[in-house]
Amino acid sequence: MKSPVTFRLNGSETAVFVDSGANLLDVLRRGCGDLSPKYGCGQGSCGACTVLVDGEPHVSCLVLAETVAGRSVETTGGLSNGPDLHPLQRAFIEGFAAQCGYCTPGMLMAAKALLDRNPSPTRSEVEEAISGNLCRCTGYEPIIDAILEAAKQRGAA
Amino acid sequence: MNAEYRKDLFADERSDDFDIIGKPVIRQDILGHVTGRSKFYDDHAFDGLLHMRCVRSPHHHARIRSVDSSTAERQDGVVRVLGARDVPVNTNTLLSLINFGRDDEPLLATDKVSYVGQPVLAIVATSVRAAQEAVDAVNVDYEELPHVLDVEEALKPEAPIVNDEYPNNTFDYFDTYDHQKLRFGDVETAFSRADHIVEGEYQMSPIEQAPIETCGAIAAPETNDRITVHTSTQALFFSVGVTAKQLDISSARLHFIGGTVGGGFGGKVDSHHEPLAALACLATGRPVKYMWDRAEEMQVGGPRGGERWRIKDGVMRDGRIIARAFTGFFDAGAYTRLSSYAVQKSTGHLPGPYSIPNVASNVYCVFTNRTPSTAMRGFGITAADFAIERHMDKVARAVGMDPIELRILNAYRDGDMKAHRREAKNCALIESCQAVAQKTGWSLSSDAVRASSKTGGGEGALGVIPATVTDDEGRIGERRRSGLAPEPFSGQGSRGLLPEGHSSNNSSAFGNAPQRKDMEAEVERLGFKGATGVPATLQEPADETTSGARSIVPRETAQTTHPAGARGGPSLPAAYTQRPASTINQPIAQPPARAPSTPAAQQPVTPPAADETESETATTHFQRGVRRPGVSRFISGSRRR
Repeated sequence: MKSPVTFRLNGSETAVFVDSGANLLDVLRRGCGDLSPKYGCGQGSCGACTVLVDGEPHVSCLVLAETVAGRSVETTGGLSNGPDLHPLQRAFIEGFAAQCGYCTPGMLMAAKALLDRNPSPTRSEVEEAISGNLCRCTGYEPIIDAILEAAKQRGAA
Repeated sequence: MNAEYRKDLFADERSDDFDIIGKPVIRQDILGHVTGRSKFYDDHAFDGLLHMRCVRSPHHHARIRSVDSSTAERQDGVVRVLGARDVPVNTNTLLSLINFGRDDEPLLATDKVSYVGQPVLAIVATSVRAAQEAVDAVNVDYEELPHVLDVEEALKPEAPIVNDEYPNNTFDYFDTYDHQKLRFGDVETAFSRADHIVEGEYQMSPIEQAPIETCGAIAAPETNDRITVHTSTQALFFSVGVTAKQLDISSARLHFIGGTVGGGFGGKVDSHHEPLAALACLATGRPVKYMWDRAEEMQVGGPRGGERWRIKDGVMRDGRIIARAFTGFFDAGAYTRLSSYAVQKSTGHLPGPYSIPNVASNVYCVFTNRTPSTAMRGFGITAADFAIERHMDKVARAVGMDPIELRILNAYRDGDMKAHRREAKNCALIESCQAVAQKTGWSLSSDAVRASSKTGGGEGALGVIPATVTDDEGRIGERRRSGLAPEPFSGQGSRGLLPEGHSSNNSSAFGNAPQRKDMEAEVERLGFKGATGVPATLQEPADETTSGARSIVPRETAQTTHPAGARGGPSLPAAYTQRPASTINQPIAQPPARAPSTPAAQQPVTPPAADETESETATTHFQRGVRRPGVSRFISGSRRR
């Protein structure tokens, strides 16, 4: 049983047919072809699939796809404006905040939700914001540094 | 970047004009990572993709009486059910690609399962859900068997046979030896001379690598009769070789794409996904994805193997370690994979970065009904290091010495002879210890501060290969000592498990003690200077300053009295006090007592030779492990014969 769902994906109107019970992660990856959110656990514990729904971070593996009808979804695939990288992306590159890169899209989305809400967070606020995202290559320190650096760059711009 | 380079250390050994090191270089793959465009194996889309799920064993150890998949095969969306008979070459071992070890692990279980989660059937369906529902509809009739989860329990005669290819529950090195052995000098004699004996046991748990990306592979048919495989593997050419072998096809038909791995840490070398996905692709003509979910990754994924280590040190009052003996048990789980190699690696690592003139070790690669273990970040080394360094702290407490100074005193220095008969070069442990002390504000004695890896190496007996104890068959480290000089080979004695085609009663199976020939060659090649027949350590006078170990500072710069020795003998716990002379010839570790009888169904034990039985309680070396009446316990095969 498939039903149509219409929502905004990274600013573009998108319509897709989804199986009842399908989760947003599968629909984004297989239905919409946006492969930037990653499957890590399917249980909401690793954060690799984090996307923003109306600006709020959600683990898309636990979001029913039909519930985003009429809402706005943002993923790492839409973070840059063409070749112009988002300050967070630049800070992650310059701060060596990625190793295998599998947790990175989720980290970026969790960080973006924080900076959109709180442009100059403290270190502990950054730690809190990415506390739902696991990194197994043990890169938390450079990731936290990069997010703080991105906030600083955005404040200066 | 806040890296610090100690240009004062080893300045003459390296160039200082680094143009890459110390400068940030942008990773070439990071733009893909931050834009979400890096293509991990699952980031490849295929029309008509099929999904695979496996029927898995719920038991640690069970015989498969029957498998009924008829209901599953009729379910909606199910395309194909694959079993052991569908795999052209079902049994494999990872290191068979380099001719190391026997094929022991089925891709899909045949007649029995040996660990929880072992795959029995692989079901291919149009969706993950359809595949899982079919898995749930399969009925496997298991007859539960006794299982063993502890390495030492697995070595007892009554333990169940975990892996039919290795009925002793140990990996057989060169089809002959049930453990890896290291002998250097004479630990027993040195223990008898030591002021303190310090013993310890250390256990390290299995550890799951837990990459954020779970293991998997997608195999898709190409139009030119090839199969494209996108995989998370860490070992692309292992995976190609294993897939070609198990599918019995040319590797020219396999187009493997990998290299972008969402974290591996060793857990993605096992090459089980690629053969199954490619097999299903051949069987269905459609792209097939075999991906572990998180629960499978944690339960079925091969972890770092658990290890148990026992260490016994003979230590002088001033902290010099004059003898160190190890017994190690590496938990391979149910199948070999890379554990045989891990044990070789750990043996090659002993006795740690310390110059100890007498070293002995026996390390066993043991099969248990745990998840087969595999690679993980320095496997074979990390647990041994954990044990060694914990033990160094224990030794420091026993002799009342600063733990860092104890390490500096015993550290390798350039020119020392290592237990592997190679000269130590480019040593840096002393400098590392000094840097740690400096950074943590730990105060060291002036002698320790002045010590250097570049001076004092090879002093006394530490620069030569000591005579190594052999048994009366010329083997190194066997239980019965007959001195140090080679003796004529008696032609009698223990025999082990031999490859098929050899008779176990053939007295020439081991020839005229070829190991003795090797030893002679090595003595000449490496320049053993000691007189034959007497260990170097025994030739030395009782004066400690010349007895095979050095002071913390080289003799030419040392004070007149030994700095550490001046501390005298602090009061010690009773366990650390010197052993009475009457006990020094006892075995290092007594094997657990066990019933001499073997199960009736097994073949009779070869009658022991008379000269061996009488020596059963004589002077023995490492005896932990399999105790087989009448036969050398260091040769495989007799436990179940």
